[in-house]
Amino acid sequence: MRFRIYRYNPETDQKPHMQEYVLEEIQPGMMLRDALLKLKEQDETLVFRHSCGEGVCGSDAMNINGRNGLACITPLESLKTPVEIRPVPGMPVIRDLVVDMGQFYHHYRAIKPYLIVHDPEPEVEYRQSPEEREKLDGLYECILCGCCSTSCPSFWWNPDKFRGPAALLQAYRFLADSRDQATAQRLEELEGPYRLFRCHTIMNCVNVCPKGLNPTAAINNIKKLMVKDMV
Amino acid sequence: MSLARRKFDVLAIGAGGGGLRSALQLSREEANVAVVSKVFPTRSHTVAAQGGINAALANVLPDNWHWHMYDTVKGSDYLGDQDAIEYMCRAASHLVYELEHYGVPFSRLDNGKIYQRPFGGQSQNFGGDQAARTCAAADRTGHAMLHSLYQQNIRAKTHFFDEYFAVDLIKDQDGFILGALVVEIESGEPLLIEAKTTLLATGGAGQLFRTNTNARINTGDGLGMALRAGIPLQDMEFFQFHPTGIAGKGMLITEGARGEGGYLLNKDGERFMERYAPHAKDLASRDVVSRAIATEVREGRGCGPEGDYVLLKLDHLGQEVLNKRLPGISDTIQTFLHIDPAKEPVPVFPTAHYTMGGIPTNRHGRVVVPVEQGEEEIPGLYAAGECACVSVHGANRLGGNSLLDIVVFGRAAGNDIIDYLKKNRYHRQLDNSSVEQAMARLTRWDQKGDGERVADLRYELQATMEKYCGVFRTKEVLQEGVEKVLQLEKRMADVRLHDHSRVFNTARIEAMELENLMDIALATVVSALAREESRGAHSRIDFPQRDDVHWLKHSLFFKEGRRLEYKPVTLKPLSVESFPPKERVY
Ligand SMILES: Cc1cc2nc3c(=O)[nH]c(=O)nc-3n(C[C@H](O)[C@H](O)[C@H](O)COP(=O)(O)OP(=O)(O)OC[C@H]3O[C@@H](n4cnc5c(N)ncnc54)[C@H](O)[C@@H]3O)c2cc1C
Ligand code: SF4
Ligand code: SF4
Ligand code: FES
Repeated sequence: MRFRIYRYNPETDQKPHMQEYVLEEIQPGMMLRDALLKLKEQDETLVFRHSCGEGVCGSDAMNINGRNGLACITPLESLKTPVEIRPVPGMPVIRDLVVDMGQFYHHYRAIKPYLIVHDPEPEVEYRQSPEEREKLDGLYECILCGCCSTSCPSFWWNPDKFRGPAALLQAYRFLADSRDQATAQRLEELEGPYRLFRCHTIMNCVNVCPKGLNPTAAINNIKKLMVKDMV
Repeated sequence: MSLARRKFDVLAIGAGGGGLRSALQLSREEANVAVVSKVFPTRSHTVAAQGGINAALANVLPDNWHWHMYDTVKGSDYLGDQDAIEYMCRAASHLVYELEHYGVPFSRLDNGKIYQRPFGGQSQNFGGDQAARTCAAADRTGHAMLHSLYQQNIRAKTHFFDEYFAVDLIKDQDGFILGALVVEIESGEPLLIEAKTTLLATGGAGQLFRTNTNARINTGDGLGMALRAGIPLQDMEFFQFHPTGIAGKGMLITEGARGEGGYLLNKDGERFMERYAPHAKDLASRDVVSRAIATEVREGRGCGPEGDYVLLKLDHLGQEVLNKRLPGISDTIQTFLHIDPAKEPVPVFPTAHYTMGGIPTNRHGRVVVPVEQGEEEIPGLYAAGECACVSVHGANRLGGNSLLDIVVFGRAAGNDIIDYLKKNRYHRQLDNSSVEQAMARLTRWDQKGDGERVADLRYELQATMEKYCGVFRTKEVLQEGVEKVLQLEKRMADVRLHDHSRVFNTARIEAMELENLMDIALATVVSALAREESRGAHSRIDFPQRDDVHWLKHSLFFKEGRRLEYKPVTLKPLSVESFPPKERVY
């Protein structure tokens, strides 16, 4: 199987280039991460992040044949050859497929991704009905892989101001939590033309999320809450 | 070249559940704490935990902490220290409520309380009916916990050093631990972090074995660092094989799948666990179920063309239970096996999963080493989580007790560190020879030229451990295992890197991880060869019985001279009566 992989080492390369690799033994059921590991055995200088190997840690987001995804749950069978692999777009490249995710994490921290409760804590759990809890499904599962935000044109153009789909999905995760008591504050912090409203419902984020989550719906739900808040 | 330095009150190495829970305790007390992690915190392996965390909340069935304690002692095959186990089980409910207050999205019962499911080895009333003690957020409990703990640390303004790799501990002549040498992975530059106390929370070493449920980063680095600092590793012969890893691949299918009603079948379609554990059946302790599966396969009742696995039946649970309670493993099964668990049974086999052994600590998280009379604390050094051996899991960990262990002892260590800091206000003078040694470990990998490859040696090591130190063991096989690992260790000197760049050099990181694995492998086979009995996860075909007269004791492996020492098990709990060893049936 043939691969074309984006290579860039800031210590030796003036600019990035694409390198061809060939992998002879492909076993059925092999994932792209397995292939990359084999290539790294041939060429130790090839660099990418990875860890869990089962799509839960969010380390190995990359651009695979033009589409963002996690290498560890992308079957080789599903890919057209030569497989073209690049770092996720729009982020500063550190080396090869490794990008600097600093900006992405910054937006995540900025939405205050933790439960805020003003009342004294009970000595047991807060009660939450199964229906209330169900509202968190499709939100809490985010693994912060960044596939969505780095495929979002609005995030490419305004990476410093637009929070991006991943952070906004988390913002809604706390707005939707029946235990949280900071709705007004959370909404206020998303006001203005950029943080939330740069989203133009292009849906790239939904199409690429490896966990099947829907940031666009979350963003629309936040917009609805804002309208409600104003009336 | 002058080495960059930073100074903190506390250095926590590891940002999994254990490291984050103690960092939170410390940040809230306004201690100055640095958390170093070789991956971004939410990528730590706690994220992969599925089934849940044990606490006797009694939300579903009657329960109390004392029953939980009994089950844990029995599950440990009486090798667990009963003071630590009492401490953990008493703290459990409070700590789970606290996690809920942090925002963990636990699944819920109709009355709005936390959902609990049955797990292996759980009973009501000291060995009676099955209990339901495992608090779950669907089958993504670890993810839910790790993210919430990280979020709370954001709130508490903890300092994070993300993607820094800890190389070695720094120690002075008086035996104080003064911090660690770390490398910033992005720049490749070393950094000396000085700290009045250092906490190891580096997780397990599942990468010792070829097929395992663990992440690539689970290379037991903290264990290697401890060994090199002259600290022994405790009970390393006890490695847990989880009964239900996806056969040949290793991804975990949570015990919760059996807790929700799934069961195992052999090639005759027989529900064979009924023979091995008439009472608890598929929810017997993990060691029991893993041995049963391995026995079925050895005796020719395995499934598939090679007869090398058994089947986990889930299809009778119905789509709704699978969607609501087991969505994560349903996805994993579809992704990696292309089968629908609602229609077909899943091929499974015992898979290396959990490191019961580790760095010896007391229940305050302090690292302790034997001295002539009893034990002594290593000043300034703590350990918590899977890398530590408190020991609450003894010879066999119960499912759901590790997520509990990491928060209970992460917090306990945090509290004790606060005390320690009050008594030890100032940084001690740094010891340069110790820094030089650590630096040498790093620069060793600058050697150029031809040589063996890291990947090849790692593969051979993993295959060796799997073959010579698996579910069933004998003297001959283990002796060969020791020989093989020693040969591999010798070959380490000839390994050379083919990437010598500074920036994000993962080859260098993997080389240092391999050094750690090598040391831990040796600790594991040597301890296993010495223990001539069968207890918990350590099954010796040549010594099939547990032997409390000679072996009711913890092993301690020292790197220097590959020496073993032993220390007694703490049978005396804190306040209740001891559970004396008795025959273990499920
Ligand atoms: C698939 C799976 C499912 C599980 N399910 C359950 C369950 O349902 N219930 C349960 O109770 N237990 C479960 N366990 C066990 C439990 O998840 C782990 O034992 C526990 O999460 C370990 O937490 P920890 O904080 O000790 O380590 P980890 O979460 O492994 O974290 C280790 C940290 O140390 C850092 N680190 C390591 N080495 C270095 C170094 N050299 N330099 C810098 N940083 C370093 C890592 O970056 C990471 O941040 C499961 C385990 C697995 C593998
Ligand atoms: S829907 Fe919004 S957030 Fe998603 S990709 Fe489009 S602009 Fe970005
Ligand atoms: S929403 Fe999906 S794509 Fe975006 S960071 Fe989360 S898991 Fe990744
Ligand atoms: S390696 Fe963890 S998500 Fe792919």
